[in-house]
Amino acid sequence: MSVIYILLTISIVIAILFFVAFILAVKSGQFDDSYTPSVRMLFEDEIVKKTKTKSKLTTNK
Amino acid sequence: MPTNPCFHCGDECVKDEIIFHDKSFCCNGCKTVYEIFSENDLTCYYDLESAPGTTPKEIEGKYDFLKQQNIIDKLVEFNDDTTQIVTLYIPHIHCSSCIWILENLNKLHPHISDSQVNFGKKTVRVTYNPKNYSLKEVVLLLSAIGYEPYISLEDYKTGKQNVDRSLIYKLGIAGFAFGNIMFLSFPEYFQVDGFWIDKYKPLFRWLMFTFSLPVVFYAAQDYFISAYKGIKSRLLNIDVPIALGISVLFIRSTIDIIFDFGSGFFDSLTGLVFFLLIGKFFQQKTYSFLSFERDYKSYFPIAVTKINNNIETSVQVYDIKKGDRLLIRNEELIPVDGILINGNASIDYSFVTGESEAVIKKSGDKLFAGGKQTSGVIEMEVLKTVEQSYLTQLWSNDVFNKNTEEKFSTITNKISEKFTVFVLSIATIATVFWLFYDISKAMNVFTAVLIIACPCAVALSAPFTFGNLLRIFGNSKFYLKNATVIEQLASINTIIFDKTGTITSNKKSAATYEGEKLTKSEEMLLKNTLRGSNHPLSRTLYDILDEYNIVSLDYYQEYLGKGIEAMHKNESIKIGSADFVGKIAEKTILNTAVHISTNNSYKGKFVFYNNYRKGLSKLFNKLKKNFDLVILSGDNKGELENLKKLLPAKTKLIFNQKPNDKLEFIKYHQSEGAKILMIGDGLNDAGALAQSDVGIAISENVNVFSPACDAILDASNFNKIYNYIKASKSAIKIIKWSFALSFIYNILGLYFAVTGQLKPVIAAILMPLSSISVVVFTTIATNIIGKKIITNKI
Repeated sequence: MSVIYILLTISIVIAILFFVAFILAVKSGQFDDSYTPSVRMLFEDEIVKKTKTKSKLTTNK
Repeated sequence: MPTNPCFHCGDECVKDEIIFHDKSFCCNGCKTVYEIFSENDLTCYYDLESAPGTTPKEIEGKYDFLKQQNIIDKLVEFNDDTTQIVTLYIPHIHCSSCIWILENLNKLHPHISDSQVNFGKKTVRVTYNPKNYSLKEVVLLLSAIGYEPYISLEDYKTGKQNVDRSLIYKLGIAGFAFGNIMFLSFPEYFQVDGFWIDKYKPLFRWLMFTFSLPVVFYAAQDYFISAYKGIKSRLLNIDVPIALGISVLFIRSTIDIIFDFGSGFFDSLTGLVFFLLIGKFFQQKTYSFLSFERDYKSYFPIAVTKINNNIETSVQVYDIKKGDRLLIRNEELIPVDGILINGNASIDYSFVTGESEAVIKKSGDKLFAGGKQTSGVIEMEVLKTVEQSYLTQLWSNDVFNKNTEEKFSTITNKISEKFTVFVLSIATIATVFWLFYDISKAMNVFTAVLIIACPCAVALSAPFTFGNLLRIFGNSKFYLKNATVIEQLASINTIIFDKTGTITSNKKSAATYEGEKLTKSEEMLLKNTLRGSNHPLSRTLYDILDEYNIVSLDYYQEYLGKGIEAMHKNESIKIGSADFVGKIAEKTILNTAVHISTNNSYKGKFVFYNNYRKGLSKLFNKLKKNFDLVILSGDNKGELENLKKLLPAKTKLIFNQKPNDKLEFIKYHQSEGAKILMIGDGLNDAGALAQSDVGIAISENVNVFSPACDAILDASNFNKIYNYIKASKSAIKIIKWSFALSFIYNILGLYFAVTGQLKPVIAAILMPLSSISVVVFTTIATNIIGKKIITNKI
């Protein structure tokens, strides 16, 4: 059997996997709010900084 | 005296500045919120944005109804023994600090396990444990930190709303198929004649066929449905040639590969559907935090306090029966028609009738639903249920059930009518020619014409032009319901304005003094007396008067609905209604006035005038050249003279119009051929806004209630209305130009088709090229218009 069949099968299977992933992502509501996550991902750093400064304060005491 | 902005809300700390932790606060409320945050290590809130908060409002007793199980059941999304999830709408959400603090609610209370903000919709979804915590406590916590949720009758419905995501699915499928088919068709496009390609050709072709199936039968189904509906109602809308093109593409390609005529047009087919869906998606951009379909339900409260044998209970608004006794607190809304039993009723009907003044009612007077109590607590007896009340009956008018989009034929459909006829006749002529010349090619030519003439670029130009303009308008605080509104806006010839709240701003700040001149000490006393009062007129008057030193008064008494009495040293002062200060009221005066007497002798009065929006006369003078202008007011004629001076002479001024009169007025003029733009603000304009061709609601704060309409305009940009109309007209011009552009491509394509030389590769190049150039052209052109709106140069 020619190698082209294997290659075609692999490429289509991969494409379909990504397609299914996309459909599942839409279904779970990932695309309903496209703004908040972009802000939310920036917060984590700030909170870490906050706790650091706080712990410094307590050690100074 | 230099004032510092409040650390929490950013307002100027005019009086009673509070210093706490070296930071200034304008009031105790703001300070308390700061305290809550600093105790819980949440002051990061202030690092993200400066002064992001609001002052929490007095809410005692307001949310008692949230204790009732039947109301909780309707509001929560998920409910079991250990978890309750509720989504609350919070109008104040406006910046990243808001998101941050609301998503850290679990740090404020241990029983809240999770909270998630949707910034676009301005909602927060809170998960908590109902065993130790309740919905009421969640709402109170949010209110305490200045994020009071807005709960209205509209939220009182069971079942979750289903989000329609089908367009994203369709777009995904079309894009997926398009990409894969492109790859699969490359070998044949770049074919080097040989053994290899001949061997695998059928496999590649049938794979493409398989990929195109979901595109034709699922992703493109809306076009077939719409075309079918169009033909059924004898209308050649744009979807007719599109549906024709898609089916011809599919059938011809299938026949091609079955009989080995060629590789088919599967890539063009899926590409076409993909581009069309992108156009749809682009145009669909909506402002999820605004609602254009609101009726009285989102203005009315969900529950009111009922008095039964001196026991106060919360009762759901729909459960109010005739004969019930209701307690209406200050700033609460009267939900049903009834009779006032006792209390000082000063009802603000501005939202319902357009009257700018609060009306004083005595016990025994009739109260109408929709009014807002503005002074103290009243008791009333119910005469009618919610659905039967005077105001809510307006919504039974037919206008609210009509689908306005259907009566309007869009520019694309107008073009497509001619276009379809043109394409079909070319296809027939060419086929007839080939039938005599070379019969083997006749079918090939017929289908080729239909394929190449598929008006993809035509269908894309309107969505992209309008979609982009919609965004540009949105950036300049003019929010449209959908793209059709732009077209309708371009065709209007009459503009009708409501008065109260539309051309006047809600704050009254102009007042003149008539009467005996006040001495310095009297004015000082007046100013100091007003300081203590929270009545809106007192606040306004206070702001107008000059600054004086603050003195403490020896005596101060406020009489609800009447006025204020105060004493300082030997001087006494009375401020309030004519009766209160001891003067017989003049019946002829229609304007609001505050009367003043000192030491029991009448001094004079401050007369208040409506404060018109900035740039009003300039706007009217610009508009008068092209449009008929009408002022349609529910208020009395008190401002007639003033308006005559301000506005161009040909403006029609009509007063004392009830909500239904406004609707009929518009209906009458429409029957005479006028295309009407109605600009209003309140529930009293709701009928008129629905009946008019375009209804724009003006709003001082776009997050609070505005009636059902086609567009919401932020009041600060009121004077730009002329620019918006001009921009809409230019948009129509842009679309016409892009039609011309796409016709050039079509004619080029038709040349190949008619001469029988259309190869799949030509279609595959020509179709995306025409679509992309139209999209680029419209986007650039609308952005140029958009710049002009912002810089005010039109």
